[in-house]
Amino acid sequence: MQAQPQTKLPPPAASANDTKPILQVKDLKKYFPITQGILFQKKVADVKAVDGITFDVLPGETLGLVGESGCGKSTTGRTILQLYRPTEGSVIFENKDLAQLKGEDLRKMRSNMQMIFQDPYASLNPRMTVGDIIAEPLEVHNIAKGKEKKERVQELLQIVNLNPYFINRYPHEFSGGQRQRIGIARALAVNPDFIVCDEPISALDVSIQAQIINLLGELQERFGLTYLFIAHDLSVVRHISDRVAVMYLGKIVELTDSKALYANPLHPYTRALLSAVPIPDPVIEEKRERIILVGDVPSPVNPPKGCRFHTRCPLAIPICKEVAPEWREVGNGHFVECHVV
Amino acid sequence: MSNTLLDVRNLRTEFATQDGIVHAVNGVSFVLEEGETLGLVGESGSGKSVSMLTVMRLIPMPPGRIPSGEVIFQGNDLLKLSAEEMRQIRGNKIAMVFQDPMTSLNPVLTIGTQITEALELHMGMNNEQARKRAAELLKMVNIPEAERRLDDYPHQFSGGMRQRVMIAIGLSCSPQLLIADEPTTALDVTIQAQITDIVKRLKRELGMAIIWITHDLGVIAGLADRINVMYSGYIVETAPTKELFANPLHPYTVGLLGSIPRLDEGKREKLTPIEGLPPDLVNLPVGCPFYDRCRFRTEKCLQENPPLMSVGVKHWSACWNYEDVRQQRDAILKRTALPVAGTPQS
Repeated sequence: MQAQPQTKLPPPAASANDTKPILQVKDLKKYFPITQGILFQKKVADVKAVDGITFDVLPGETLGLVGESGCGKSTTGRTILQLYRPTEGSVIFENKDLAQLKGEDLRKMRSNMQMIFQDPYASLNPRMTVGDIIAEPLEVHNIAKGKEKKERVQELLQIVNLNPYFINRYPHEFSGGQRQRIGIARALAVNPDFIVCDEPISALDVSIQAQIINLLGELQERFGLTYLFIAHDLSVVRHISDRVAVMYLGKIVELTDSKALYANPLHPYTRALLSAVPIPDPVIEEKRERIILVGDVPSPVNPPKGCRFHTRCPLAIPICKEVAPEWREVGNGHFVECHVV
Repeated sequence: MSNTLLDVRNLRTEFATQDGIVHAVNGVSFVLEEGETLGLVGESGSGKSVSMLTVMRLIPMPPGRIPSGEVIFQGNDLLKLSAEEMRQIRGNKIAMVFQDPMTSLNPVLTIGTQITEALELHMGMNNEQARKRAAELLKMVNIPEAERRLDDYPHQFSGGMRQRVMIAIGLSCSPQLLIADEPTTALDVTIQAQITDIVKRLKRELGMAIIWITHDLGVIAGLADRINVMYSGYIVETAPTKELFANPLHPYTVGLLGSIPRLDEGKREKLTPIEGLPPDLVNLPVGCPFYDRCRFRTEKCLQENPPLMSVGVKHWSACWNYEDVRQQRDAILKRTALPVAGTPQS
């Protein structure tokens, strides 16, 4: 048996309504400027990648964030961790507004929040050994040195089910699934409370995906981790998440616990998205009726006026073209942004 | 019964590399009937794409080599045709749609030029006729303002639209066989639903046969008549779609079904992953290639690679212990179904 590193308390029940959130995101916006000109760059427009989203993450839970490419889900994850500085809004994590923190204060906070990246081929430095990669956060945050550091790295490798003797190998010697385990070990090195998982399995083969999903679940139980799990695959998100937020064009359109989202989806986009997910069962597939959305997602530079989804919405009424719907609770922690439902 | 369109027999493909010979396809045999949709399912490196590229004679040689096999298409062995004769078939009688719509269109030619190319080459149309037909094809794949869009370049189209353009090009000469190599993998689910919807409709209208290569069991469940499951360059199981999902008899197929989370299930405690990694295609084992990862393995599997054995009606599995699989798989696949969004409510 290996020693538990700085044992943490077991995760509190995530569903209790009185639990204080570990993370509060309020009206968060992230715009990327589009500039023109060479010497005197002039801002001509903004890409409104994230355009005013509000949600809480409770300790010990997994919040799934789903949406299609370009909807702003990865930008949301990165803006929360301050890898991008927000344009507006606040990110309150452990009673501090990260959006206001700078320099040393922010760096210290980072030991409590980590990220697992999508592409295990691009997120590990090919010239560093696995040992150095995992040890880097330990050095940066002055957590361990020398022999202690090496032991901690070996322990981390064991935690993610890799052989501790791999410490001197380079990333190219590993398969995609093994690399993703290395990325997870690196994120765990500083003993974080909160991890943003940005599409951690979408680059992996099906049989390997299940290994990583199971590992993330085990680690959550063992260390009381809180996840923001970003993915485009609804089946995976349903499997892993306690609550799910659905994003469309920079906005969260629906947020509720994962059971309710699948049993009782309210927003027309959520319904279309759910009906588009194929189910590996030919008998069910034969009977299903798909809601096929027409057209493509509009550009986030010029999002449609009113409700952003009205250009593709099968339920749109005149008001949807003019007035943006409000983010409202329809009961029992089920939030939706739509005029019609 | 319908007629045989494509008969692939004992097809092998190898590549010479610095590390040795990569055995990508290791004796694949199957028959495709006219108008049938066949799914080829497997993970990266299982040989599903390479086997179809071999059928299309698109393998660069060298380093590629086809040490054995026959590909009988409408009575002719495609592997024996000259390059010129093959060109008459490719794009005309057999068309292929590739995975990545971003890289498979030429960025410096208009969409119109790229669609009319095949029409003028294979159908002997003049420019005007070809343009008219091209506009029809774009309409067929639901691209609005088709005539105007013929003069646009690929970058002016979104990913889903480009893939629809690729399908339009594939269908331009009314092929008897369309090979689709992961055509929706690079796309979002709602766009994927658009594409599969179009393909189903076109198949009904045009009656061509389709070979659909994918790693996604969900996509193929709703599309294919029959499925070949591939692993390490072998077909390890083949059966009609419903039979395969209801009665999987190869440990790898069971493993795949057990390792994917399903939308219509509750939050499950654990998936049943397939542990380990696929074997190195340079040093394939003597016995069963799935041995290392298999929970049903026995001594015999280590010594002798199982051939495809008949295990039911039109159902073959390459496993010595398929009876054990039949008895024990339910424990692995245990699931509780919930109502599904999109299923008509009674």
